[in-house]
This record gives sequence, structure tokens and C-alpha cells, in this order.
Amino acid sequence: MLKLYDVTVRSRLLLGTARYPSPAILAEAVRRSKTEIVTVSLRRETAGGKAGGAFFEMIRALGVRVLPNTAGCHSVQEAVLTAKMARDVFRTDWIKLEVIGHHDTLQPDVFGLVEAARILTAEGFQVFPYTTDDLVVAEKLLEAGCHVLMPWCAPIGSAMGPVNPQALRSFRAQFPDVPLIVDAGIGRPSHAATVMELGYDAVLLNTAVANAGDPVAMAEAFALALEAGRLAHAARPLEPRDMAVPSTPVIGKAVFA
Amino acid sequence: MTLIINGEEQDVAATTLAALLDVLEYEGEWLATAVNGELVHREDRAAFTLGERDRIEILSPMQGG
Repeated sequence: MLKLYDVTVRSRLLLGTARYPSPAILAEAVRRSKTEIVTVSLRRETAGGKAGGAFFEMIRALGVRVLPNTAGCHSVQEAVLTAKMARDVFRTDWIKLEVIGHHDTLQPDVFGLVEAARILTAEGFQVFPYTTDDLVVAEKLLEAGCHVLMPWCAPIGSAMGPVNPQALRSFRAQFPDVPLIVDAGIGRPSHAATVMELGYDAVLLNTAVANAGDPVAMAEAFALALEAGRLAHAARPLEPRDMAVPSTPVIGKAVFA
Repeated sequence: MTLIINGEEQDVAATTLAALLDVLEYEGEWLATAVNGELVHREDRAAFTLGERDRIEILSPMQGG
């Protein structure tokens, strides 16, 4: 079981709700993934518009917990206001805090992130910060009151998977008691399994499922990979070696020549 | 009164935020509102008086990652 602030969940997958071929496929992918937490966002509503309401009702019907995000915010002020507006709509203190610092890489502005995290925790929010694998920034986020950290493993939507496994290893070792969720950059179930083998607590992803040829099947594939990776971590995997080591014992081997 | 609603200038005959939502036919409990960069809770909209060229944001839930 995974404890995120005061909530305990069984599933290790947090699933985004964007870019699916249809609302029906999104709903089925959520069900097959067995996720208990989905991310949502806020956007300008047109006068008389019903789009937001329809989406809101659909998510409610799925019976999962929502984690609103501040996606697209490039300043502390924007992110803080978006978080407050999200709390007003979704009635949760949870917020996936994104303060974007770079247009092309969507790399977090970690200075703004720490500042926004400080402001929001003081206002009673439970912050899930989308951050880099920088250890010093992570320390500052914990000092700011975050009890969960969400380092990227590659740029958002890039599907590259863990580009710097060593950094993720150090990050895990540095914060053994903090729930760590890899957020962004996962492209395949094998990537998710890899970070779980490194000891991460959960994975947040969206595009890897939503843009797959069959999002529903891929949702299930990720659920299985997460379980396999977690089990493997608990079972303590072998470390790679430089040379071959025979797996069949040589003692008692027949000598024919 | 001229207001800037979701980034667009509009002339609207409404003096409170709640009245503005009515006039523009916004409905539902899923809207979030802010005026001049500050959140206005849904329960405060009826008492919130608007001023000339106030900047109003009206947001609703949508898909996100």
C-alpha cells in the first residue's frame, strides 16, 4: 500500500486524462489500469459551454480520486492562483504543482517551484511537486512542506524513459522515507518497471497510454509492469557484472578428453 | 460596463460576478472564478461587485496530465 499524505492507495499508477482518442477509451483505460488517482486540469470555459461539466461528471462517475495540476503555468503567481481555483472546483487539497521554466523541454522552473510550494503548503495544500532529479531542489521542496516528490525521468511526453538512472538511484537513496513518484518521460511499460526496480513508489504517466495504438491494453500493460518492477525491487535484483559467470555448476562435470 | 472576460473585452450589463455568469449563461457547480488575479469562491460571487475593466477568469475542468 502507498501512503500519499493522508490517503492510502493500492495502485502504483497515477494516470493522466489527456489526449485519449475518446472519453469512452479514457474511461476504459482508467478501469483496466486499476489506477485510483487521475490527474485533471482547468482551462477557460466558453460562455454557455458544457465541455468542462461533461468531463467533470465523467471523472466523478469513475469513482477515482483526482489530482488537479497547474500545467502550463510559467510563474509562481499563475501556479498559485490555478491551484486555488482547482481546489474550489475539485474540493481537494491535493495539487500537482508544475511551474514550467523552459518552452522546449518543459523543464520545471525549480526556483519558482520551491517558492510556489512554500506558499501553497502554508495555505493548507498538499503539494505533489513536478521537479527534476536535483537533490538540493528536492531538499528545499521538503523544507517547503512537501511530503511527496515527483522527479522527471525525461522531458514530458518524450517517451524516452529513464535517461539518467544513476540520478534516480541517488535520489531514491537520499530520500528513503519520502514517497517518490516518477512523473514525466515514461514511454513504455519496461521504463515503468525499471524505475520501480530502482525502488520508486509509483509512476505518473499520460501520453504513453493515451497515444498508444491501443490505450486500454497499454493501461493494463503498465499496471502489470509496475507490479513486476515493485516485486523485483523487493526481491533484490542482481547487480550487473563485467564478466560471464556460469550458471550451471562446474563441480562434477564429466571430462571427456 | 467593459470587462475583460477570459482575455476578451466585452460590454456586459452585470454588476456582480454571479449576475455576470447568469447573463453569459454559464452554469454548473464546476466553474472556478478569479477577478484581477484573485480567486473568488463560488459562495462569494453574489456579493462580489465588479468594476470597470476588471479582468475575469472563468475556468472549468478539463483533461490533464
